[in-house]
Amino acid sequence: MSDLGHVLVLAGGLSAERAVSLRSGDRVLDALRDIGVDADLADADAALIPAITVDPPVAVFPAIHGACGEDGSIREVLALLSVPYVGSTAAASRSAFDKPTAKAAVAAAGLRTPASVTLPRETFHDLGAAAVLERVVARLGLPLFVKPARGGSALGATRVLAADDLPSAMMTCFGYGDTALVEQFVTGTEVAVGVLDLGDGPHALPPVEIHPLSGSYDYAARYTAGQTEFYAPARLPAGLMAQAEHAAVTAHRALGLRDLSRTDLIVSGPDLFFLEVNVAPGMTETSTLPMALTAAGLDLGITCRELLRLAVARGD
Amino acid sequence: MSSQQRPDAPSPSRVDPFAAHYAARARGMVASEIRALFAVAARPEVVSLAGGMPYISALPLDAVGEMAGQLVADRGAVALQYGSGQGDPGLREGICSVMSLEGIRAHPDEVVVTVGSQQALDLLTRIFVDPGDVVLAEGPSYVGALGTFASYEADVIHVPMDDHGLVPAALAEVLARLAAAGRRAKFLYTCPSFHNPAGVTLPAPRRAAILDICQRAGLPVIEDNPYGLLGFDGEPARALRADDPHVIYMGTFSKTIAPGLRVGWAVAPAGVRDKLVLAAESAVLCHSSLAQLLVREYLATQPWREQVKVFRELYRERRDALLGALQASMPGGCRWTEPAGGFYVWLGRPGIDTKAMLPRAIAARVAYVPGTGFYADGTGVDHLRLSYCFPEPDRIREGVRRLAGVISAELDLRSTFRPIP
Repeated sequence: MSDLGHVLVLAGGLSAERAVSLRSGDRVLDALRDIGVDADLADADAALIPAITVDPPVAVFPAIHGACGEDGSIREVLALLSVPYVGSTAAASRSAFDKPTAKAAVAAAGLRTPASVTLPRETFHDLGAAAVLERVVARLGLPLFVKPARGGSALGATRVLAADDLPSAMMTCFGYGDTALVEQFVTGTEVAVGVLDLGDGPHALPPVEIHPLSGSYDYAARYTAGQTEFYAPARLPAGLMAQAEHAAVTAHRALGLRDLSRTDLIVSGPDLFFLEVNVAPGMTETSTLPMALTAAGLDLGITCRELLRLAVARGD
Repeated sequence: MSSQQRPDAPSPSRVDPFAAHYAARARGMVASEIRALFAVAARPEVVSLAGGMPYISALPLDAVGEMAGQLVADRGAVALQYGSGQGDPGLREGICSVMSLEGIRAHPDEVVVTVGSQQALDLLTRIFVDPGDVVLAEGPSYVGALGTFASYEADVIHVPMDDHGLVPAALAEVLARLAAAGRRAKFLYTCPSFHNPAGVTLPAPRRAAILDICQRAGLPVIEDNPYGLLGFDGEPARALRADDPHVIYMGTFSKTIAPGLRVGWAVAPAGVRDKLVLAAESAVLCHSSLAQLLVREYLATQPWREQVKVFRELYRERRDALLGALQASMPGGCRWTEPAGGFYVWLGRPGIDTKAMLPRAIAARVAYVPGTGFYADGTGVDHLRLSYCFPEPDRIREGVRRLAGVISAELDLRSTFRPIP
């Protein structure tokens, strides 16, 4: 048994990403137990605070995706409980989870990101959807990519090729949140770059190249084994590889992130665009961060244990 | 990018090493957003009006447990042994007496025990359907049946329903259209009593009309009757099978006892029955002897008719709670069925998209099943199924209150982006 002490892996929650989170949590839990860590799984529900109060873990590994897990709220609660946790602070998580805020921060740090507009639902209601959408298309052109400003796993996201399809995409998006991010769609290869900081500063993991067989990296392509081809490390020329790694570390630093993150990029010819960053990256069998760890020669369980050790040492 | 690849470029991983080997029919077996949302619906914070789970807590669990223990102690050597592909003869006798309540006179030899009626449908589809064959089903139709038909690559054609179930004239029209195109359907799949998902029941004259149409057309009928004994008013309706021995009938104990037992059955003419037994042996060798003997014992020793009445009253109270809440709080333009039995209400509102609306419903902590799941052709977008069998009445009322808010917000969103009729 590890000398770390009892740790909790938090998974589940009540967001639309609950199913993914449970798979991530199970995988982290198994990896920790495989190397002898005394670990249990807990859901983010009404039983959590009483359980932590009665039997406080030495640290928590949050594997909750989407709202609650990545918007900073569960981390705020852990801080209130004085329980150390792996990953970014509540404030940094909030900034990273809000895609427009994250885009602005990384753009200020020198990264390119697709041109976009951020529009709450009320804007369409108050000003008239047709007029607003017409201006969106006039400004950004086509194709577009519509997604909720806050959320992940491609839920509520749609690629829009024709202006006539934009209203439908907006309604799909507003199913998952009240604010939409409408971006220029950048054609290229999607690359995910993990960043890990084991106490010696943030380092990029080998970028992972993503090829959904359907052509769209949607929910089915993300979470159905066999629907997407992954290359770890990515098959990028050395220069672009270095740029991708640099971009991920830049995003991590610009947003004040901690311990680990995953930045999603599009490589379009010689250019590289920042899409979004995740503070609780997926850990499922089809998630790219564990693939990147393997490509780097790192073990998932040992990496998670070391992150937990750092959290314990940090004490917050 | 290939011209720029590094010489040491890695080979791709598809995570699943069998990805290139799957049959074409597995293509649709992928992760879905809807399934992901149902993972949240299972949480107690969410009022789930989605799943059709019988209220098992109303069973006399102590008595069932005692009976099960005694069964293993007394007859374990049989209960834990292989059995026959057709099913335990004593259970088949018991099934015949259950079916007699709906007018069916069957001999135990005509009965094949299956793993729930779902397996009966799977085996029947295996026997009857080649890829591309036409199967007729009500529109909407039971989602589990549509999944089975899809797995055998059937071409499902829906026959319209109204508040009184399958419309005979529409059935005749579909058959005529098929005949004109030089095609014929392999069978009609129908759920005439307390339909899933529509909640409607076929009145006697329509039953006769549909049997007449099918007999004239030489069209086999598969009658799915899981809810027939769970009517709230009067005696159970006569099954289609009661008036036509050529009807292939499927029944189950999932709603009258418990779905965890996985005991269902089919009653079929001799030729079909023989093929069903062979297909069942090929699929599962034999069914659970323990589960079969448990049901046999339950029917022989427990007051099961009284227990069905308990279930009926419980579900009636919940149906009333749901209908009352819908009446009190649903926005204008919504229309729903008023079931006289079974588990489900089918609700529609022109202009809404119940699939797109589901994430908002889950966020509001209420769940339903979007209508498109009950059609093979992508229609049903403006309908949803509500199930009242599992939540307590107060929870049902709270769930409907939440759903009303979600539908109002959906209508507002739709009117923002597109005019609603």
